[in-house]
Amino acid sequence: MTSSKLQPATRRRWRGSAPRLTPYLFLLPVLVLFAGFKVYPYIYAAWLSLTKIIKGQTTFVGLGNYGRLATDPIFYKALTNTLIILVTQVPLMLGLALLLAVAFNSTLLRFRAFWRTAYFVPIVMGLVAYGILFSTLLNSHHGLVNFLLESVGLPRVPWLADPVWAKVSIIIALTWHYTGNSAVIYLAQLQSIPGELYEAAEIDGATAWQRFWHITLPGLRPAITLTVVLSTIGTLQLFDEPYVLTNGGPNNATLTIGMYLYQNGFKYFDFGYASAIGYVLTGIIGVIALVQFHFLRERQA
Amino acid sequence: MRINRSPQTRVASLAVSAVVAIGGALMLAPFYWLIVASTHRTRDIFSNPPNLVPGDQLWTNLVNLFVGEGFGHAVLNSTLVATIYALLGGLVCTAAGYAFAKFRFAGQGVLFGIVLVILALPSQVTLVPLFQIMVQLNWLNTYQALILPNLALPFGIFLMRQTMQSVPDELIQAARVDGAGEFRIFAQIVLPTMRPALAALGIFLFLAQWNDFVYPLIVLRTSDAYTVPVALASLQGLSDTDYGQLLAGTMVSVLPVLGLFLFLQRHFVAGILAGAVKQ
Repeated sequence: MTSSKLQPATRRRWRGSAPRLTPYLFLLPVLVLFAGFKVYPYIYAAWLSLTKIIKGQTTFVGLGNYGRLATDPIFYKALTNTLIILVTQVPLMLGLALLLAVAFNSTLLRFRAFWRTAYFVPIVMGLVAYGILFSTLLNSHHGLVNFLLESVGLPRVPWLADPVWAKVSIIIALTWHYTGNSAVIYLAQLQSIPGELYEAAEIDGATAWQRFWHITLPGLRPAITLTVVLSTIGTLQLFDEPYVLTNGGPNNATLTIGMYLYQNGFKYFDFGYASAIGYVLTGIIGVIALVQFHFLRERQA
Repeated sequence: MRINRSPQTRVASLAVSAVVAIGGALMLAPFYWLIVASTHRTRDIFSNPPNLVPGDQLWTNLVNLFVGEGFGHAVLNSTLVATIYALLGGLVCTAAGYAFAKFRFAGQGVLFGIVLVILALPSQVTLVPLFQIMVQLNWLNTYQALILPNLALPFGIFLMRQTMQSVPDELIQAARVDGAGEFRIFAQIVLPTMRPALAALGIFLFLAQWNDFVYPLIVLRTSDAYTVPVALASLQGLSDTDYGQLLAGTMVSVLPVLGLFLFLQRHFVAGILAGAVKQ
């Protein structure tokens, strides 16, 4: 044992702290994987976005793909569709989730644990599975939903065949899938708000609405920020639901940016254009997320 | 808490419970319908009036699916890939989370910044480059092509770093003073105390891999390499889709993860929330 020859104090310090390399060793697998499968692909995609395959050769075309994108009506259609779904679905879902979380936290609700699970389980269903399920349920001629509508005297709805209803179908599917997840995040934050705040407000004569507005909502601010930003990023990347439910149709009414990227990359094999779409999407996500973050943080202060 | 409820409270309670129950029934209805539809033939699934009780075709549908379409391959692929992914990914993310939470080292801020940037970047950008990497490595149709690219999951690293902060430094320090090696400390002290968070991360990773669709669709080019979602999508793409078989397959894809989730949901919800809200 060489260490026994050291001074006691030195020995203790040597034994009490980790060798300098240790954290890097723990990080090594992640660093290698990131370098190979994240950093390199992102840089490579940036390069690809500046190229075009001409006569089988990858040729540098500068900002040509971005120029083409700026005047591509289908891209604007995809962007508009994505933004329409974003501004309707995210507030609808988060509003519902907020109400649900308040209900889950309230002693007024019976069988709370059961309902919490019931609203949360859709998240385990894979996108392909629920795409298949919803496309059979929403089938115009033979679907269960239209049968139920007809049986109470309402007209059949062309769920997946009409440009507007196809968007509605996607919004319904997204809301079904993710609302419980957001509600559970809100619930966790609600439970961290001290009960004394509500008791004090009640003694001061605050109404239920005032308590919600002045205690619950400010207390939920961090969770609201988190869910708004994450849902926005997720919706801007929307791909799976339109892919399995409508395939972007009818007439591109549900084509999203994510789907347009996929079509260009893996249907037309235009890797350069697909990469340019990816980088424009990155830019849009970055700007919107930063604005939201700034706005929500500011109001919190 | 309150034992004697006023009539007014009872009415409010009934109203809230009824609204939540109606919404909850809508949430669960697709699951019920999935079970019903997987037990019928295609024409009985779309019959008028619809069948709302289970039929007797489940076995036929499953035989068509597993014997006729070789769906067993897909189930085996998905099970193996998702299990290996959850185990390795859990380990890799925990090790990184440990380094970020319990050490101070040069470049720490920059490296954690990279984790956060990758968390926010849309993964679709990497689809084309990853496809080309897999072609060059000759990894199309392989398990490693599915497992490796997302093994270092930024969300997982972030979650484990958050949770790791609640492990007392004294525990690790004491083991060091006792002369335990760094990897022994990690394996025998850190990992066991992280068990609930590890369980949550493990389920999260398993679900993510089990349900992943776009990326597997791109790197899996032959049907015997398909995972469950890719195999299901290929069945749906057929011109005369056998919906009984398709929905039986969908049920096979949902029930195991539903069971796993219900069995471990306490860990899952608590673990994910710890990371989500604590920041």
